Amino acid sequence: MSFSWARHYEPSHPFMKWMDEKLPMPRLVYNAVGAGYPTPRNLNYFWNFGSLAGIALVMQIVTGIILAMHYAANAGIAFDSVEHIMRDVNSGWMIRYAHANGASFFFIAIYIHIGRGLYFGSYKAPREMIWLLGVVIYLLAMATAFMGYVLPWGQMSFWGAQVITGLFAAIPVVGEPIQQWLLGGFAPDNAALNRFFSLHYLLPFVIMGVIILHIWALHIPGSNNPTGVDVKGPQDTVPFHPYYTAKDGWTLGLFLIAFSIMVFFLPNALGHADNYIPANPLSTPAHIVPEWYFWPWYAILRAFTFDFFFIPAKLLGVVAMFGAILVWFFLPWLDTSPVRSGHYRPKMRIAFFILLVATAVLFYCGGAPAEEPFVMMSQIAGAYYFAYFLIILPVLSRLERPLPLPNSITESVTGKPLEQAS
Amino acid sequence: MTALEASDSVAVADDGVRRRDFINIAAVSFAGAGLVATVIPLVNQMNPSADVLALASIEVDVSAIQSGQAIKTMWRKQPVFIRNLTPQEIEAANAVDAATLRDPQTLAERTKPGKENWLITMGVCTHLGCVPLGAGEGENRGEYGGYFCPCHGSSYDTAARIRKGPAPTNLLVPEYNFASDTVVTIG
Repeated sequence: MSFSWARHYEPSHPFMKWMDEKLPMPRLVYNAVGAGYPTPRNLNYFWNFGSLAGIALVMQIVTGIILAMHYAANAGIAFDSVEHIMRDVNSGWMIRYAHANGASFFFIAIYIHIGRGLYFGSYKAPREMIWLLGVVIYLLAMATAFMGYVLPWGQMSFWGAQVITGLFAAIPVVGEPIQQWLLGGFAPDNAALNRFFSLHYLLPFVIMGVIILHIWALHIPGSNNPTGVDVKGPQDTVPFHPYYTAKDGWTLGLFLIAFSIMVFFLPNALGHADNYIPANPLSTPAHIVPEWYFWPWYAILRAFTFDFFFIPAKLLGVVAMFGAILVWFFLPWLDTSPVRSGHYRPKMRIAFFILLVATAVLFYCGGAPAEEPFVMMSQIAGAYYFAYFLIILPVLSRLERPLPLPNSITESVTGKPLEQAS
Repeated sequence: MTALEASDSVAVADDGVRRRDFINIAAVSFAGAGLVATVIPLVNQMNPSADVLALASIEVDVSAIQSGQAIKTMWRKQPVFIRNLTPQEIEAANAVDAATLRDPQTLAERTKPGKENWLITMGVCTHLGCVPLGAGEGENRGEYGGYFCPCHGSSYDTAARIRKGPAPTNLLVPEYNFASDTVVTIG
């Protein structure tokens, strides 16, 4: 545990004392998310989305396990079994809508969580490992969401599976065998549906495991904070419980209100009508798009319409799409500025907000048809996206003159220079 | 120095290699080989199974397809386009210098001798596997009059060769032959 002034777990009840000797699980919780975890006192609301993403994942696991009790992973009856859930199973419609929209809410939370890390420099030393594990969680979540979307076996499911596994066919020489290996056939069919179901059930638990590592790694240096200045003493922290458990509980309430509005009043707003048409291998929907949370990456994939030297456009698009996320693995070493928080980096701050705009443009283009002007817009925004990580951050780290940092978290909060620790 | 340490130090040769190293390496290698042998079937089970691979070839009667028409059929669970080209379409395909194309092939190379009007290709876009439009009545055939993939905008010409868009190669021509004048065997 990180700080010497962290409160110690001292069970008073005889049963808890007995428990602490046999299996110190309550002690673990106390030190991880209880009063035993000193947390910077100045965390803003952007620090609430990690817990929201975690809760969204738990909701997905609960609703998903229930859906699996009624769903049939067989290409002949999968679509009908989903309709059976929607029409016949008691409350089945609610559970399925909660699961479908829950995926979106998980990604909303995780995207804000990632954006928080990017702006406040949470990926920098000593927190590189937390960031790397977070990228792994995100990649696993993408795979899980994709395979889950295939399960209803509608048109978008089928063609999504075709297009996404087709990405691997772009790899020279071994691409097509890999695609056939992934699908267990020449086109998506029963074999693919079954294995996607199996993995869709498995991966959320793998994500849970990596989240435990993510939190473990977090507890070694402790949380970052909006100033990016290290915690210097007890006056800079408050115990996680009750301060941040209460704050997380309040935003959880807001999150669940927004979630309920979507589930009960706009359940299909984020979906595609085409997925209510059973999968048809002979007819491609006119406009194939993935779910909204993949749109920025999909725009990068489609931005390559030309061969470059001898590399075919298809391979370039695939490499760029995966590269757009894999570049995050190198981020802690691309951005060498010792100042963490964007608050004190005037130029990085501007570059970051342009990055947000570029990502929004990619998001919009990814959901739009593959035609002009969207292709060109994706090319420009995609170029900026890569430039931010590979050129702007490394260069700014050297050239930028950061604003003066506060001497401590307490000074930034109270506006007064730190007196002798009281 | 205990007896064990003494025997260890005796076993160390001049180059620092201990006799026990051999046992360690052999044991780990043996376990590694066993692990690989175990993993191979666990990975291989994901490859297409025997029933998927047992793809009896299909026979298609093409006598009803009029000039200018096309049909879609299924082979290996994938769509196949069978198209009866019009003389104008054949002419348009032959008018192009094949060497200038992304995937240089002539119409003659993509059809059977004496049957140049029968263009038989997979209905699978070589980009990411969508089914291109153009085989059905009234569908968009794209600006080169062949097939048009709506997913990412690849356009194919009347020999189903890629002309524009992200697809890297022409629509694949499956193995087939004419069993008779009107029956095609695919596969």
